[in-house]
Amino acid sequence: MGYLFFHITATAYLAATLIYTAYLFSHREGLIKGATYALYAGGVAHTVTIISRWVEAGRTPATNLHETLTLFSWIIVVLYAAMLYRYRVAVIGAFVAPLAFLLLITASFLPAEIIPLAPMLESWWLPVHVMLALLGNAFFALASIFAIMYLIQDRYLKSRKIQGLYFILPSVEVLDELSYRCLTYGFPLLTLAIITGAIWSEYALGSYWTWGQRQIWSLITWFLYAALLHGRLTSGWRGKKSAMLSVVAFGVLIGSFLLINVFLGGAHGLLR
Amino acid sequence: MNLVIIGLNHRTAPIEIRERLSFPADSIGEPLKRLSANYGINEGVILSTCNRVEVIGIAPDIEKGVWEIKRFLSEYHNIPIERLDEHLYVRTGEDAVRHLFRVAAGLDSMVMGEPQILGQTKDAYSLAVHNNTAGVIVNKLFHKAFSVAKRVRTETRIGASAVSISFAAVELARKIFGELNGKSVMLVGAGEMAELAAKHLMTNGVREIIITNRTYEKAVEAAREFRGTAVMFREFPHYLKNVDIVIASTASPNFIIRPDDVTPAMKERKHRPMFFIDISVPRNIDPLVNDIDNAYVFDIDDLQGVIAANLRERAKEAGEAEAIIAGEIETFYRWINSLDVLPTIIALQQSFEKVRKQELEKALVELKGLKEEDRRVLEAMTSAIVKKILHKPVTHLKKESKSVEGDMYIEATRKLFDLEKDMENLSKAETNKAGLVNGEE
Repeated sequence: MGYLFFHITATAYLAATLIYTAYLFSHREGLIKGATYALYAGGVAHTVTIISRWVEAGRTPATNLHETLTLFSWIIVVLYAAMLYRYRVAVIGAFVAPLAFLLLITASFLPAEIIPLAPMLESWWLPVHVMLALLGNAFFALASIFAIMYLIQDRYLKSRKIQGLYFILPSVEVLDELSYRCLTYGFPLLTLAIITGAIWSEYALGSYWTWGQRQIWSLITWFLYAALLHGRLTSGWRGKKSAMLSVVAFGVLIGSFLLINVFLGGAHGLLR
Repeated sequence: MNLVIIGLNHRTAPIEIRERLSFPADSIGEPLKRLSANYGINEGVILSTCNRVEVIGIAPDIEKGVWEIKRFLSEYHNIPIERLDEHLYVRTGEDAVRHLFRVAAGLDSMVMGEPQILGQTKDAYSLAVHNNTAGVIVNKLFHKAFSVAKRVRTETRIGASAVSISFAAVELARKIFGELNGKSVMLVGAGEMAELAAKHLMTNGVREIIITNRTYEKAVEAAREFRGTAVMFREFPHYLKNVDIVIASTASPNFIIRPDDVTPAMKERKHRPMFFIDISVPRNIDPLVNDIDNAYVFDIDDLQGVIAANLRERAKEAGEAEAIIAGEIETFYRWINSLDVLPTIIALQQSFEKVRKQELEKALVELKGLKEEDRRVLEAMTSAIVKKILHKPVTHLKKESKSVEGDMYIEATRKLFDLEKDMENLSKAETNKAGLVNGEE
């Protein structure tokens, strides 16, 4: 069942992406509605996918890359829905939908079979750690989406060429603010994820900090985001500078995550 | 429905003619009453703005309506019809409906999508209501026109983009700051255009205003008008850090705001964005200011470019607006057709007939071995009962449907006897009248 719903989800996200793309070019407001419905329909199918996987595996579906990316994509969509409810900036969907779709497509190319988890990794710290980390990362993903939208809008205003996306993107100040807000949610979550990860490591491997690749890279990301927030609070890093840094930091985060998982295997290579 | 619209606008008539034909809003009751009393127009509305004069009327028949409204315009304003004719446009039936919807939505305005016309249309309508010249059709027509205008406004961005310098400035400010509530503006030089832009910014939420001018008295004077603060000209750079928007419009031949002024101000305001509007020629703001992060500089040419871009964007939206209007015309006509009492009467008769037949058949099954003659008697009797029962309601329905509240009677009938579904089938068969007759047999 999960397999079927996985494909329904991917199809819905693809449809949403295409409708959003049509919107970006035509600026027809009616399309936004259709795209949002498609994205939400995908979100519902996605929820079924996750739940059925969870039941089938009998544990948090985040122990291999396929599962993790599927879960991550889901969290981003849910977060977007919550965000839309709060801020009503529907055009964000045009960036969220392709991201969710890409994550799913990547996941679909990865081995999907359920591998029993080594008993020593079994602990309820696992779901807590995974959920915190993915939620934090989803906030960072949204932050970088806002940052990209900011950079586009800033480009239009700076060049004084009023066309295209200018008409449908929100104002630079709003985008900057939203991006910053996401960072302020993402950062504490990342911090907690690192702490719970360390605790889990203590349970599973008998040591809080093993200086594994995963831990080193999450520390690097943590420092990048810490610097970004610190710069903003103390010396008013705003706008372009912080937007670019936010995109770079997210690139490092996602890049290191993918590389480590691909080369070292599931559960951050903790087993090797 | 014999709807006639006759009018002239900025495209068909020069200002001199428009002036002569305009109706002052405070005395529109008299011509409205005359229109219905002397010219046989059943329902009438007069829309008179500085760009257009239109008479919207429901006439007993179209040809006569056109002639009578023209005669009314000519006689009321004392201009021979021949002189008027070349400036007038005539819209009837569906064209007239479309025309009114387009006018209300601002699609027919000089500045496409401008919102004032909707308010003026509403005023014209309420004057007609006030003077009892608005009936069933005009009521529905205008309410539909208002909802169409609203749909066009919310579903397209036709009214969203600004097409004058000061509106363009407001629009840009929104793309930089989002909401303008609580933002502040500084006028460097108190010219007319700068003040107009400031006024627009303030109606859109800008709270604080600082004004500076080489002649201090002029700044004080303008500050009093805007309830702002006047500052000495040589001191204004110190205030840059306090404002979000700067409008420069002095006659100075060189730059008076340079990167050296803006960089420190930017740092002090923690790099929150600043919007510089330079409407002076030669320019007052060094274009290099635009290279500073979070500072956006637009000079008069840039603003013209923004206006041109906005106009292109509007033209794109117009197609979408026309599609909305086409859809709404269809629903309006569906309503108009339903206003026709005949389909309701037919549906009513059919539903009674159906009951009669069903019950008769049931009875005939029980009364086995009836002679053909007896059957005929039963048939005739039941038919007579149905006819007699329906006679009075149908007569009243026919009569009342022509009254002002006619639609209420028709709608009540349809609701009471649950005719909605039958009506739908009827309207499907409507194109083929023969089919309808066959169905009755």
